[in-house]
Amino acid sequence: MSSLEAGAALEPQEFVVRRSDLVAYAEASGDHNPIHQDEAVALAVGLPGVIAHGMYTLALAAHAVAVWTDDAEVVELGSKFTAPVVVPADGGATVVISGVVKRVADGTATLALEVTCEGEKVLGAPKAVVRVG
Amino acid sequence: MPIDASLVGREFPPTPPLLVTEAEVATFAAATGSGSQRIPATFPIVVTFRALLEFLESEQVELARIVHGEQKFAYERPVVIGDELTAQLSVTGLRQIDGTDILRTSSTITDAAGELVCTAGATIVHRADA
Repeated sequence: MSSLEAGAALEPQEFVVRRSDLVAYAEASGDHNPIHQDEAVALAVGLPGVIAHGMYTLALAAHAVAVWTDDAEVVELGSKFTAPVVVPADGGATVVISGVVKRVADGTATLALEVTCEGEKVLGAPKAVVRVG
Repeated sequence: MPIDASLVGREFPPTPPLLVTEAEVATFAAATGSGSQRIPATFPIVVTFRALLEFLESEQVELARIVHGEQKFAYERPVVIGDELTAQLSVTGLRQIDGTDILRTSSTITDAAGELVCTAGATIVHRADA
């Protein structure tokens, strides 16, 4: 567990996203949008290729938050999906999640996250608020 | 086909209740790499997404032309096994830029007693036909 003091940096966590992960996530979430599985459909609607569900990336961020906070109760979680995580057929895409404790007050800690794929930010202003103490 | 601007302000019917079972949570946790004891924070997307699908179906919007622009959850309490969750979606805004619809929705997720469990705000981007 990371120290949850204002200003503390949160140890970066790395996740490899493969197409098989997107198939499993589609089953688990009920989101069977073909842009997350079928290259031809993704290209046909103007995407650069098969992309991860935004909610899959946000779920990884939630997982990272759980690790940093020793499974603290989450009271707020959100982000914009600003750039797609393009997942190649072979291998996968590496998502790196880091963060900083922005504020600790009134029994909650606010974490500002940074989520990148191949060095590019993929989430806009990802943020989590957790209960502490 | 653009999304009908008169939808703004409309509240859609609630989804049928989703019973939160250990099996369903375990599948979701495994798919998202979660190793924690708690139900993953994004789990309410399951019922929220059902509300979205019902909305898209009622408006005849093709799922493949949708991408997710933003998602926010505000939780009243954690989801627990045995919860029966229902999501009700409202359209809160619509902007149209170059044939792309940017739709804002808010879904309230309630339990069997009708108590609020969480609120899910989403921006959905509907890409025009090529």
